[in-house]
Amino acid sequence: MKKPARALGEVLSNLFKEKATCNYPFEKAVVDARFRGRIAFESDKCIGCKMCVRACPAKAIEIILSAEQPAAAPVAEGAVPVPAKKKFDCIMSLDRCIYCAQCVDICPKKALISTQDFELAHTDRRTLILHYK
Amino acid sequence: MSKMTIPLGPQHPALKEPVNFTLVLEGEQITGSTVNLGYNHRGVEKAAESRTFLQDIYLIERVCGICSHSHTTCYITCVEELAKALVPERALAIRTLVAELERVHSHLLWLGIAGYEMGFETLFMYSWRDREQVLDCLEMVSGNRVHYGINTIGGVRRDITAEQKKIILSKISYLEERTKYYVKLGTEEPTVLARTQKVGMLPHDVALERGAVGPTARASAVKRDVRKDEPYLIYDKLDFNLITHDTNDVFGRLVVRVLELVESYKIIRQVLNYLPEGPIAVKVPAKIGPGEAVSRYEAPRGEDFHYVKANGTDKPERVKVRAPTMANYPSVSYMLDGGYLADVPMVIAAIDPCMSCTDRAMVYDNKAGKVQIYGWDDLRKYGIEHYKKRGIDFSKM
Amino acid sequence: MTIDPILLALIYILIFPGFIFLTVYGLFLQWFDRKISAVMQNRVGPPWYQALADIIKLLSKEVIIPDACDTVMFKILPYFAIAAVVTAALLLPIWTDALCSFQGDLVVVIYLLTIPTVTFFLAGWSSTSPYATIGSMRVLTQLFAYEVPMMLSLIGPAILAGTWNISEIAGFFTAHKPYMLAQIPAFFVALMALQGKLERVPFDIPHAKNEIVGGQFTEYSGRLLAFFYLAVDMEMVVGAGLINAIFLGATLGTAGILGAVIFLAKTLAIVFLLTLTKVLMGRVRIDQMVRFCWQILAPLSMAQILFDIFLKFRLG
Repeated sequence: MKKPARALGEVLSNLFKEKATCNYPFEKAVVDARFRGRIAFESDKCIGCKMCVRACPAKAIEIILSAEQPAAAPVAEGAVPVPAKKKFDCIMSLDRCIYCAQCVDICPKKALISTQDFELAHTDRRTLILHYK
Repeated sequence: MSKMTIPLGPQHPALKEPVNFTLVLEGEQITGSTVNLGYNHRGVEKAAESRTFLQDIYLIERVCGICSHSHTTCYITCVEELAKALVPERALAIRTLVAELERVHSHLLWLGIAGYEMGFETLFMYSWRDREQVLDCLEMVSGNRVHYGINTIGGVRRDITAEQKKIILSKISYLEERTKYYVKLGTEEPTVLARTQKVGMLPHDVALERGAVGPTARASAVKRDVRKDEPYLIYDKLDFNLITHDTNDVFGRLVVRVLELVESYKIIRQVLNYLPEGPIAVKVPAKIGPGEAVSRYEAPRGEDFHYVKANGTDKPERVKVRAPTMANYPSVSYMLDGGYLADVPMVIAAIDPCMSCTDRAMVYDNKAGKVQIYGWDDLRKYGIEHYKKRGIDFSKM
Repeated sequence: MTIDPILLALIYILIFPGFIFLTVYGLFLQWFDRKISAVMQNRVGPPWYQALADIIKLLSKEVIIPDACDTVMFKILPYFAIAAVVTAALLLPIWTDALCSFQGDLVVVIYLLTIPTVTFFLAGWSSTSPYATIGSMRVLTQLFAYEVPMMLSLIGPAILAGTWNISEIAGFFTAHKPYMLAQIPAFFVALMALQGKLERVPFDIPHAKNEIVGGQFTEYSGRLLAFFYLAVDMEMVVGAGLINAIFLGATLGTAGILGAVIFLAKTLAIVFLLTLTKVLMGRVRIDQMVRFCWQILAPLSMAQILFDIFLKFRLG
């Protein structure tokens, strides 16, 4: 059955309702705790297994040996010398990253963390290549 | 009146994605139309061959923005079949939940697009506003609004908590109320009826002959839904109706989609109440196969079809994607012929096209300046020759 | 102190109620229309200076003229549209009775308001691009559809008042206010026809963006496009003013500031009704539009005329 101006009631009631849109750049947008944003890296936990490098679908991660390595712990008399834990850097190319967080899932030591950071757009591509130390 | 040829696309306000329709007009009436594809071919199938099975999930997810879960689920079903993995029931339930949330989000999006194409901006704004609710649900469950990335080989990546279940149920009941309003709006507002009834007619036999799928086919009274015909995930345990309509026009497609929304809410409630306890994923070795598998999936736009061939390494040997829009294109040129120019956007939008999923390769000979579109026979011939050079002869098959 | 009559005439033409007033109020109405429809659609809508900002932006853009088009026609048409609308405004009662009022000015206003539509047609036709050509053919088809109901709906009140003078019709309805209620069907017809004249949803068929991109204005850009948009905004003021004068008794016998305030309030109310129509409906097809105008609007206004003639005889 035809009813002209069927939406009249809804339209008029919206005159007195709160707006559905949010004023985004002026009001901060809140994302869910599960949101997959910029990937952060904790160097202390990384063991350099490079599982993340192999898993990454976008080839955005690079794990390299840090320029400065921690000194080996002083060896006690007669004990077997313990080699120092190697330190690794992570180069994350955010311009390639597709934010799937597969690296976070696959990391055996939880050295990679997914953050809620999403305002990452930049005019210069070079600034998107992050070097985590 | 003299004939006039106008191009519609590849860049046009009515089309969201690049495709070109060449329309021959006599006044306002269309006397001929051609569909030209190939503006957005990305070589996804070839790229999939050089990535591991796990990396391919994220590649396949990007075949389409709206039905990203459909494509990954379809692909992963093949991979799991090849790996002989026993996916836990809870993971299947979560996949079904996300699939139905995605259907809700896609159909609400379509409703908005339909409103926009007929110049009814209020409907567009309202349905997209309500779509935010389901996108919030998806963000809460998977982490993202569009590329959910919830599937992994052997299960899903994120679990659902009791709290999330409560929030989803409350949002679903809000959406159900709104959908009932849209059913009334769509079937009672005279301008909507004027723009959709008897527009883009696709009779039952033509729909069958041209192999239409999804809501396009169901609006021509074709009882075809993979969820019913060949239940995957946990659809065999769920109680829902197969929606069809017999008006064969855009109005029928509108009604089918809106009523499918109501069915989806029913499914979501059932899945959330069913949700068995247990792990959400099993470990699957990286090297899979050898073997080949196909899988069918009812995406929001129709039947999605994937074929995966594995050769025992960690990379697939061949991945084939047949997105639903591809199956619906032959019907579009039938629907356009004899119609009005004003109805073209409505008719095209009514199949809910997704060009990027669909685009096929076109060979451009640089020296001769010739464009050649490969048909099925050409491709077959090319394939046979290609493999003959490598010592396999298919020509006898 | 007396003001030079020529200076006064120039003030009337250029400032109030002529060009400047029409520009400012037209842009305000455009903003009002956009804001109200945004609020109705649960959106925030544009800030108050948006309409002005759009015009300034367009004015600062390069004008691109296609090679294939008729250059002279292409350039002068926007000015014709504006000139016609401004002239029509001088014949309307705005803060007091019309500046220049004579028997038959109703017919003159209707014809002056047809000129912008004709320029839209010529603009599309002289652009020679397929979208613009289709758009201009739609403009013309649509003109034949809404013009007759519009004319007929305005004749009813004129017959009742027994004059072809807009100010006198307004005076008649000011004196006999209950008769305004008897004109509701014609008022409705006039609103719908005005919606068609202004090319707004549901009758924005000539420039339906999903179908033919920009319609008759597809090839227009920069300053020329800005003037066309300005002409449409001004046409909205004049159209609303005309309906106000014919059906709602114009200034209701007041003059000066109060009269102007009453004019602004009533035209705003009319534009609100136009916005409501825009928000509530989708765009119809051109054949459906023609059918609607000839099968519903035209008979409705004919019935109104018959009723008015009957009423006139009863009045004696």
